[in-house]
Amino acid sequence: MITFPGSNCDHDALEVFASRGHDSRLVWHKGRDLQNPDLVVLPGGFSYGDYLRCGALARFSPIVNEVLAFAQKGGLVLGICNGFQILTECGLLPGTLLMNSGLDFICRHQRVRVETSATAFTEGIPAGTVLDIPIAHKDGNYFCDDTVYNELRDANRIVFRYCDAAGITTLEANPNGSRDNIAGICDASGRILGMMPHPERSATDAVVSQDGKRIFDALESHFGLGG
Amino acid sequence: MILARIYVCLKPNVLDPQGKAVTNSLRQLGYASVAETRVSKYIEISFDTSNREQAKLETERICRDLLANPNTEHYSFTLEDKEGGKA
Repeated sequence: MITFPGSNCDHDALEVFASRGHDSRLVWHKGRDLQNPDLVVLPGGFSYGDYLRCGALARFSPIVNEVLAFAQKGGLVLGICNGFQILTECGLLPGTLLMNSGLDFICRHQRVRVETSATAFTEGIPAGTVLDIPIAHKDGNYFCDDTVYNELRDANRIVFRYCDAAGITTLEANPNGSRDNIAGICDASGRILGMMPHPERSATDAVVSQDGKRIFDALESHFGLGG
Repeated sequence: MILARIYVCLKPNVLDPQGKAVTNSLRQLGYASVAETRVSKYIEISFDTSNREQAKLETERICRDLLANPNTEHYSFTLEDKEGGKA
């Protein structure tokens, strides 16, 4: 878990991984040693106070060069919320998270539909599965041009879409104006995932929805653990 | 010193919800002829140099490297001489 100045979901993510028996650590953004991880998480929050653009300044933290190198070698990277914004600003994922179309900060439960199980993060979750995972953001309105959109769609790189309880991706179920209800996308290898919903906020017994556990289950099964 | 006045604006095809909200407010205030509002960023950078060409090149690079997101924004700027510099 990388902690940037302004990250505020790093401990939540740490807690989830630790509670599942994994050796998980926080790594300060000024560090230069990722400590040889299996997975890097860029957590939610407001890195650098969201100054200039969300995620724009985090790109210049020393640790990000290590994350880029790790990703280039095929390492798994999960960007949640602000982490997703950072991934787009770093160029690891295409597109941009713009301000929500309704201008509000939205913090609530949200249904998302899993669109593909061909990623390390959704392995074993059948496409079409509806998960209840909370969202909490003001800039989650995914924007990309037609070329990028077609590429994402055709290569099955749209991983999550906002939907209603029945799994229909209606306009009403889209909380933020995101293009084609996109809630999460991955890179071409399925090893770098950016998502606006917070699986770490729905993955412990203390909270109402535990659907986020499915993502962590999938990751464990990717590494041949659990199940 | 040279002062760069930089404008970073959303591209025309990008929805600007803030601008829309401002338009609505202006109409409520009675400004019926307001057709559209776009909200942009204005940034000032002072360069400790009197070399205009250098300031221009650096401002270009700064805009591309950090200030504007090429997916959604475009930028423009003007340069002017500023009092008080060493150069």
